Amino acid sequence: MLVPKARGELSEALFGALRERPSAWTAVFDADRRDREDVQIALWALYELHYRGFEDVDEDLEWHPDASRLRHELEADFELLLRSRQRRTPALEEPFDEALFALVADHDGPSVASFVQREASREQVLELLRYRSIYHLKESDPVAWVVPRLSPGPKAALMELQYDEYGCGDPNRLHAHLFARGMEASGLRTEYGAYIDDVPVEVLEQNNAMSLFGLNRRLRGAALGHLAAFEATSSMPSRRIAAGLTRLGLATEMVAYYEEHIEADAVHEQLAVRTICGSILAEEPALRDDVVFGVETCLDLEDRFASWLIEGWSHE
Amino acid sequence: MSEIGEFEHPDEIICPGGPLLIRGNHAVIDSDGIIHHTSRPVSAICRCGKSANLPWCDTTHKALPERLRP
Ligand code: FES
Repeated sequence: MLVPKARGELSEALFGALRERPSAWTAVFDADRRDREDVQIALWALYELHYRGFEDVDEDLEWHPDASRLRHELEADFELLLRSRQRRTPALEEPFDEALFALVADHDGPSVASFVQREASREQVLELLRYRSIYHLKESDPVAWVVPRLSPGPKAALMELQYDEYGCGDPNRLHAHLFARGMEASGLRTEYGAYIDDVPVEVLEQNNAMSLFGLNRRLRGAALGHLAAFEATSSMPSRRIAAGLTRLGLATEMVAYYEEHIEADAVHEQLAVRTICGSILAEEPALRDDVVFGVETCLDLEDRFASWLIEGWSHE
Repeated sequence: MSEIGEFEHPDEIICPGGPLLIRGNHAVIDSDGIIHHTSRPVSAICRCGKSANLPWCDTTHKALPERLRP
């Protein structure tokens, strides 16, 4: 993957610095940071240095002090933004696992899956797959950063789920790979990050929130809460999307990806809530608010994406 | 006493209102006598009987009124 297209002053300056390696990053730090989309694509690219990187950026920039400093500053602003969007959630009652399931169940947001099931056109579904590909082609990677930050109980619990996500040792069953096969069979590009220039700020925020939580040990509770909410809102919607894709006659490989998630995520939601969040909270009850922060962030960002998408589609 | 304790790690977990989780490889016989093999490290067996993917849970239990949940 090459560095994405700049979306404003900050990303323009940053991407220039990543490619050309100037001795000082003055232009980057002087750039205006008011444009949300510009900031989010810059942050996404900074995170990407820690995943698969860019062909046109030296690998040793991963830990460049200026890149780290900028990431840290953008993350601080982003975390504040995410926290400012939280509803005031009452403290979760015991038992925590039931309360967490209830929190997710009570959340009522616009549903992309229902729209896909009933009304979306083929073109709209392909558009959705392009947006989803930014995450699905690195599915489960952001929360993998959390593994070495955990003690044995939650670590083993998280790995039990991750092992399944990563295909239990069989690359053919790795979820990101199943998605890539679905993309190929649907006539879409399968290279990692291929559609980054097409995605709206809502998708960038969804991806950046997962990296923010995964890459900051301090936010491990939020990372696991996010995982729990993500898994707990996946199985039923996957069934709807599979039905929509079948209705439209889309590639069976893509249908298979969603069908796999009906069954897998019926297991994963139980693991994420009960064994993963359950074990970390048994050890570190003080992380409860962070777990809820992760849950709420996941739900809120999907709502924002769904509203944007469905709103746009209804004007077509 | 050792400070490094042993964790509880049951082979089966009953999820209130939801499925039964089973760890490891199993063969599950459904009510028609058909054998289904587990294919993942942990599997969720439907306990509400309403899954569209029996014997596995597909989270249909969440759509049921409280009194019909297992
Ligand atoms: S227990 Fe989940 S669908 Fe029956």
